[in-house]
Amino acid sequence: MPTRLSDRAALIERHWQAQARVRRLYTVLGVGGLIVAVALSLWFANEANAGKFFDRLPHFLDFTGDLVPRDWLEVGRAMFDLPSPYDDGSLRYNYPEGRAYLMAGLYIPEYIDQMAITLNIALLSTVLGTLIGGLLSFLAARNMMPNRLVRWPARRFMEILRAFPDVVVAGFFLSFLTVGPIPAIAAVTIHTIGALGKLFFEVIENADMKPEEGLRAVGGNWIERVRFAMLPQVLPNFASYFLLRLEINVRASTIIGAVGGGGIGELLRLSISQNHGAKTIAIVILLFGTIVAVDQFSAWLRRGLVGRDAFLPAA
Amino acid sequence: MLALTADQYADIAARHPDVVRSQFWTVWRVPALAAATVVYLMFCWWVFGIGQVLANTNWQIAGSYLVQWVTYEYRPTISIDRDGAMAVTFPRFDPIGPNPKPDWMTVERAPMERRIAAPKPTGATAGGFMAGGGFMAPDAAPAVSATPPTVRIEEVVKRAEVRFSAGARLVATPDRIVVEKGGETLVVPLGTGADVQATGPLPAWAAQKRAGDRIIVTFGLSGWAQIDGGSVAVHRRFPGWVNFVFDTNSAFFGKSAGEILHLIAAEPRLDLARSNLAVAVDDFLYNPSWQHLDVWTKLLETVVMAFIGTLFAAIVAFPLSFIAARNITVNWLANQTAKRFFDFLRSVDMLIWALFFTRAFGPGPISGMAAIFFTDTGSLGKLFSEALENIDGKPRDGLTSVGAAPIAVQRFGVLPQVLPVFVSQTLYFWESNTRSATIIGAMGAGGIGLKLWEAMRTHTNWPNIFYMVILIIGTVFIFDTISNALRSRLTGRAQS
Repeated sequence: MPTRLSDRAALIERHWQAQARVRRLYTVLGVGGLIVAVALSLWFANEANAGKFFDRLPHFLDFTGDLVPRDWLEVGRAMFDLPSPYDDGSLRYNYPEGRAYLMAGLYIPEYIDQMAITLNIALLSTVLGTLIGGLLSFLAARNMMPNRLVRWPARRFMEILRAFPDVVVAGFFLSFLTVGPIPAIAAVTIHTIGALGKLFFEVIENADMKPEEGLRAVGGNWIERVRFAMLPQVLPNFASYFLLRLEINVRASTIIGAVGGGGIGELLRLSISQNHGAKTIAIVILLFGTIVAVDQFSAWLRRGLVGRDAFLPAA
Repeated sequence: MLALTADQYADIAARHPDVVRSQFWTVWRVPALAAATVVYLMFCWWVFGIGQVLANTNWQIAGSYLVQWVTYEYRPTISIDRDGAMAVTFPRFDPIGPNPKPDWMTVERAPMERRIAAPKPTGATAGGFMAGGGFMAPDAAPAVSATPPTVRIEEVVKRAEVRFSAGARLVATPDRIVVEKGGETLVVPLGTGADVQATGPLPAWAAQKRAGDRIIVTFGLSGWAQIDGGSVAVHRRFPGWVNFVFDTNSAFFGKSAGEILHLIAAEPRLDLARSNLAVAVDDFLYNPSWQHLDVWTKLLETVVMAFIGTLFAAIVAFPLSFIAARNITVNWLANQTAKRFFDFLRSVDMLIWALFFTRAFGPGPISGMAAIFFTDTGSLGKLFSEALENIDGKPRDGLTSVGAAPIAVQRFGVLPQVLPVFVSQTLYFWESNTRSATIIGAMGAGGIGLKLWEAMRTHTNWPNIFYMVILIIGTVFIFDTISNALRSRLTGRAQS
């Protein structure tokens, strides 16, 4: 049974309907636009790709099949550089070649050695980034550096470091340095300085200023105020961001390795492109295990440092 | 206010020594941390051989590469024959090409009678043909004189002067090369064979590895020159990107904006088949050294990669997160399976997915898309399910109590709470993926990353690299701004 509305209610009802229509129109337009954008993007991507999606799909399954090793013990042999019973002199089965001997009879398997190098690059870059970014962040925080002429350049500098693509930094250093891990270290460090510096100065700006005022009242200079008023407050947060960044940098240094910076990333790229099943799976397992271990370790440490607050997504 | 006298303090200290005595760790943790850091840095210095690498690095190359990001150079070669005939040539395959009337170079020409040696029979060493280089192997000389030379009059260069900056110039004449800079003069006499020897000591701005070897003179930012036995390779450097808009071969090169507009609007057609505007647009888009159209297409590929990858990841992660959230799906096995699946996708990492799909689908945006899609299904799924687990259960209880269908419970009891969070997190990932799509591109997934990486490998294309870097930074900035604006609107609406 339709209810009779008063004039006023009818007016409200009419306005509400009009607004609902406009909203529905926007929703339809938005979803329609999104669908068109997706369709165009997919078509464009398929055209731009070297192999068309549906042409390549059967090859994709072939390739996945190729990765299956002849027997699953091969994966362990590849990881620990043990001789393979299928060794025919080809690169596919030459596991012992990569051994890094510490002394006669004692060696580090190649992949574990390279994984350690990649991890070390990540750790060194994070340490350097924290030291330099930490210093810069005090110059960029409004409450510790009232002088605009210092704060502004410090902030812009960190923005540039953050925005610069790390491929370019790595490629630039690769162009004039002899081979080594320095290009990867430089690329990851530069990005880390920018990213951590920003997070750090936000922490500093949110810190309680009372200890700082106390030190200022008794005549403490800038360094003393930073050391005794700010550092004790911000250090737990800094450490938490350090660990979060370490997780990100382990991935970043692997990726930089894959584009030419050495380490485990490069080995993975080579072995995938050469269809070496057992080697690829060994590296993937090693990488997967390391990333999970680093993530868990850092989450455990952070939980101790700052409690659950640290588990927010960060840049 | 509490104030302790020294006696009261001593009293408390005597009764509760644990309170006032500093903990060992509290006192020593900062120095210990600092010491550990220093030891670690020293260890890395040693294990990576950083000192050795830095000592062996040629920092001049690094500096010159950096300068090349924002400059271009003309590379004329002044060659001096033994008979005193000189020539100025520009390299044929240099994208900048010849500069027809350089105001930084003066060339004086004069006719000259030349004896041209007849070409030697085939099978002779290539040395005999390198007349322009002034290099002639001693054992080849008798063979040349054996054939009668032809004589003809040619117009040759008798004097060439290159001005680098105020007070710095290089003057080449058939018998000597004179370089002046900052009041000092370097004179290199010619005509004594392939050996290069300056008269007097070399100034600080000139370098020679061994006596008789080539001499390199540097003029800072305005270029450098290399003096060989019979030729001078000049590198004259200018700030800017001269052929950025139109290539030197284009009819529009070197014209002002007004002249170009006039040429497009009012002049007769340059090419009868097309309008002048079409010629101008083509010349710009297909500029051979900058490849604007290609670069933009590649940039679009990168943007598309991030867009589709993130969007599809969000679409797939959305239903899966309802299974993973333990307050929505009350089945421990289903929760754990979905969560471990997310962890797996996330931890295999974008690198591995990218390499894997590049191998499978060939380089191109599909591979990059798939890599982003797989990684972010894991990341977004984890974040979505955590958001679902933190919702307020009351709206759901209310709907269930009035007998709503399960779908309606989710639609009206759960979705309004989490949708702003979902959308905001998806936007955040879209933004950060625009950044990471560059680097997976460099690994072979295509897009601007791959183009950038290929340009970097040649070590010569620095202006193009800088151009692409600026484009990437600009794009990332635009997407940051869009996504930030959308997110702040969303979260603002969610709070009100």
